[in-house]
Amino acid sequence: MLQIRSLSKSFGGVKATDNVTLDFVDGSLTAVIGPNGAGKSTFFNLITGALRPDAGQILLNGVDLAGRTPPEIVRHGIGRAFQVASIFPSLTVQETMLAAVCTDQRKAGVLYRRFPLAETRDRAEHAMELLGLAGKRNRVAATLSHGDQKLLDIALALVLDPKVLLLDEPTAGMGTEERWRMIDKVRELWEKQKITVVFIEHDMDIVFKIAPDIVVLCYGRILTTGAPDAIRRNEAVIEAYLGAEHHAEAGA
Amino acid sequence: MTELQAEQGTPALDVSRVEAKPRRNRDALIALAVFVVLALLPMVFSSKLLLDFVIRCAAYGLFATSLNLLVGYTGLTSFGHGMFFGLGAYGFGLMMQKTGVPIPVAFVATLAITFGVALVIGAICVRLKEIYFAFVTLAFQMLIHSTILSWVSLTGGDQGLRGGIPRPSFWGIDLSNHLHLYVMSCALLVIGLLLMCQIAQSPFGYTLRMIRDNATRASFIGIDVWRAKLTIFVLAALFASTGGIIMALFVSGAYPEFAYWTMSGEGIFINMLGGVTTFLGPMVGTVLFLVLNDTVTRLTDYHGLVLGIVILFFAIGLRKGLMDFVIEWYAQRRNGRGERD
Repeated sequence: MLQIRSLSKSFGGVKATDNVTLDFVDGSLTAVIGPNGAGKSTFFNLITGALRPDAGQILLNGVDLAGRTPPEIVRHGIGRAFQVASIFPSLTVQETMLAAVCTDQRKAGVLYRRFPLAETRDRAEHAMELLGLAGKRNRVAATLSHGDQKLLDIALALVLDPKVLLLDEPTAGMGTEERWRMIDKVRELWEKQKITVVFIEHDMDIVFKIAPDIVVLCYGRILTTGAPDAIRRNEAVIEAYLGAEHHAEAGA
Repeated sequence: MTELQAEQGTPALDVSRVEAKPRRNRDALIALAVFVVLALLPMVFSSKLLLDFVIRCAAYGLFATSLNLLVGYTGLTSFGHGMFFGLGAYGFGLMMQKTGVPIPVAFVATLAITFGVALVIGAICVRLKEIYFAFVTLAFQMLIHSTILSWVSLTGGDQGLRGGIPRPSFWGIDLSNHLHLYVMSCALLVIGLLLMCQIAQSPFGYTLRMIRDNATRASFIGIDVWRAKLTIFVLAALFASTGGIIMALFVSGAYPEFAYWTMSGEGIFINMLGGVTTFLGPMVGTVLFLVLNDTVTRLTDYHGLVLGIVILFFAIGLRKGLMDFVIEWYAQRRNGRGERD
């Protein structure tokens, strides 16, 4: 279980994350939403060690990960995919997966053996199959489509067998059809892998359709949490997040 | 290179078919064959100039290929790699002159000193990014060069280590014999290249490629980027130092130029000439560089101008090194033939 306790982070006078306390139950699928500048990505950056919190705890199964480095946090079981696909452009899909498994097996520093290691193949193969990238195994990552690069980014996190998977806007920069394909894939992964998935998303149709739990952030604070129906009816959310659109519709 | 092949649209690494151990054995066999050919060369060509040329190729080749482990494989452009070449030459020369230990002991001790120095300098430098890394390595190189110049009682200052380096026989090898020195240089070159090839093709080699491509992402899959960079920095220094030792044995001395910034510049020039995307690129670059250098300096006093024009040709004209160009051309030709078929 991932527990966030009184997590805070400021940049100068701006509180990007302000005393956030949350629980992510094992095997849950949670969407984190909020207007631009709400602190969603900062929240992910704090959990994954890209930023050091000013205060608070990040407990994964009771172990406090606050202030640890990204490699340490990954080894404890928190994987992450990025808003802009973060991949290794010169490696093929297969090389990327094999090298990532090597890292997870603590063999990234092995000098006396040749790449690829036989014991990494099954896991790499499984991750490629799961994300639908097996047919593109020999493609260099830089030459993949935007959607496939995003899938590769997720595969990179998933191949490490994380307990918690954080997806920062998995559908960013995609067309409507591609968005739905991606989000179906995310849901499929969640169902198959039985891991805790937390994702940031701007498209409310997607959020309300697939996320059983929603967290709304605003100015770094938790505005509310709950099921889609409750969030949809919440006046504070409508005002803070959907305000402009809502008022425009009401006015019309 | 798998990466390059795949970029050209040709099939890359087929993991299901590739077995790692046979590839390593194949490389070892090729290395052995190359060594045998080089060792037999004096029986066919008795020219001393040719043997000298190969010895210099061994020294510069180890230096340039080790630099490519940093530049090409890890994305660390070091402007100060020459300091380890100089350290190897001076460390070995001084050890032989001052202590009179057997050559193998001096060799190992020099590498141990290089290891210690590279560990300290690397621990500071690899935390820095791009241009800052480049300039701080250059600063350390100039520090070592200044130390060599100013510590006259030990290093001989700007005159270098004079009086010759004693080369007592060991295990039946007499390095004061030109032929023995030649064969030993070839052996060190082949072993060094084989070891560096193993590093490049190991899981660690792929860790380096990931760091080169995207260090941030590498850390988010659990790679300790600082440690990996430091490891390759130290390993590359050891191979550069071995190049320096060969050079010290060859000239029977050591000179401040070995540790000057121009040495690092020549290393980068060699990598630009040969190409950084293939393992043997720097070795090809070394041969080209030494041929060019020897020919041009014989023909004109303005050899710097000519070498500058050659750099411009490769940097602006081809936009890649010779081996990169050849492999790309070959891949395109093969693709073209595949499409016609």
